[in-house]
Amino acid sequence: MKPFGYERATDPQAAATLVADSTGAVYLAGGTNLVDLMKLGVTEPALLVDITGLPYDSVEHRPDGGVLIGALVPGSRLAGDPGIRERFPALAEALLSGASGQLRTVATTGGNLLQRTRCVYFQDVTKPCNKRRPETGCSAVQGLHRDLAVLGTSDFCVAGHPSDMAVALAALDAVVHLRRVKGSARTVPLNGFYLLPGDTPHRETVLQPGDLITGVELPPPPEGAAMSYRKVRDRWSYAFALVSVAAVVATEADGTLREIRLGLGGVGARPWRAREAERLLTGRQPTEERLREAARAEFASARPLPQNAFKIDLAVDVITAAVRDLVGGQRR
Amino acid sequence: MRGARPDARLTGVTAHAFHSDFALRVNGADRPLTLDHRVTLLDALREHLALTGVKKGCDHGQCGACTVLIDGERVNSCLVFAVAAQGRDITTIEGVAGLAAPEELHPLQRAFLEHDGFQCGYCTPGQICSALGVLAEAARGWPSHVTEDLAAGVGAPGELDADEIRERMSGNLCRCGAYPGIVAAIREVAGADGGGAPATTGVAGGTR
Repeated sequence: MKPFGYERATDPQAAATLVADSTGAVYLAGGTNLVDLMKLGVTEPALLVDITGLPYDSVEHRPDGGVLIGALVPGSRLAGDPGIRERFPALAEALLSGASGQLRTVATTGGNLLQRTRCVYFQDVTKPCNKRRPETGCSAVQGLHRDLAVLGTSDFCVAGHPSDMAVALAALDAVVHLRRVKGSARTVPLNGFYLLPGDTPHRETVLQPGDLITGVELPPPPEGAAMSYRKVRDRWSYAFALVSVAAVVATEADGTLREIRLGLGGVGARPWRAREAERLLTGRQPTEERLREAARAEFASARPLPQNAFKIDLAVDVITAAVRDLVGGQRR
Repeated sequence: MRGARPDARLTGVTAHAFHSDFALRVNGADRPLTLDHRVTLLDALREHLALTGVKKGCDHGQCGACTVLIDGERVNSCLVFAVAAQGRDITTIEGVAGLAAPEELHPLQRAFLEHDGFQCGYCTPGQICSALGVLAEAARGWPSHVTEDLAAGVGAPGELDADEIRERMSGNLCRCGAYPGIVAAIREVAGADGGGAPATTGVAGGTR
């Protein structure tokens, strides 16, 4: 690991100025991913600006049913929050299905959004990787890619986004709150926060240098909506998703889908919002056949590779089961 | 307390020192240190404070052997830079014995002995610190991935069944496979056994 400076930020402006004005400076929050990447040599910051003392650590429930989650709220506390469990269970489920107990106590909401892919080549500095070192090539296409993405990928990168939390946030229409370097506030919809890899896979989000995530806002869920997070993985606990589905479903009295939102994990270059499937299902009866057709249509643009093509069939099954169970639960 | 020169903010990155003078509060005592920023909390505890109870397994946050408590929460100490832990209350396995009563093993430590919750013992300090975190989380009613009713959570640590403990402890690996004893030990302390099986029945004797 390269030597680095360390500063504790006492206020947001000082933190932003330090990061914007110093070469190789990055924010440090929980560090569960950043410290590991530094150990691996994947990331070599010259200065860590510790932001854990900044005042972004509360969960504020609003009268309208929305909530503002501070960027520094750790996953354990967010998943334990009674209001989140009661009204945004898909988010609590997603958090509790990710990482381990002692990672969730530290990993923050803002940091979770910015965690990097677990593609083995990204994490191995001896191998070519366009995301880690632009224009060196992608080792995964011809190598190990079973765990990687099929949606939104390019010839340059097939890495998947590893977050469970962000998949739930995608389905919940979350809004990321940012603080620009000069102090102005900016909001970005989560579904516009991540960039697709294209030919610049090293650029992952719309963040500008010095931008600081201050929180994540959840609008009130649709009236009468049921929601869930369903995750399929190689082992029952403490594993990344092969496929996951965050589903938010509201039905009319006759069972028609008034609103449906689907976030997909394990399959996308970013936390994937399944707009095509939603379009095909909105206003329709969620029959098994229609659910399967809509789920499959979402993958019409997929770029499966030999080891991860199975994810398409798996995702169709998981999407179908997730929505079927939610609709069934609502009817009870 | 930090090592950067006072004018660091004005002169840019080259002014930032690579080491700092600071204190870590460990098991109730302030321990002054001068450390390179690259030193993790795990290495600071083991190599600089001689607290070798905390163990280094994978060093990448995957095995849980390095688990300590920071402000009462379980944390992988291998993924925390020591300099970032200043001002926090750190408890290592060496400080666990005093938590419940002075000079006494913590009930969880006794339960691990009674239920044979280890073989080689390497993962045990992390298992015990993690289990302390589990009990604290359950006392707050926090649910896990396997909790039936997410909104209701758990009423008390005593409601944790074996599935709950396995899920909540999944960040602590035991290469020896002592999981049945580990789960039994935690269940007992959580109150799930309600004073059930006598300690001796859980001891495997000389079979290690």
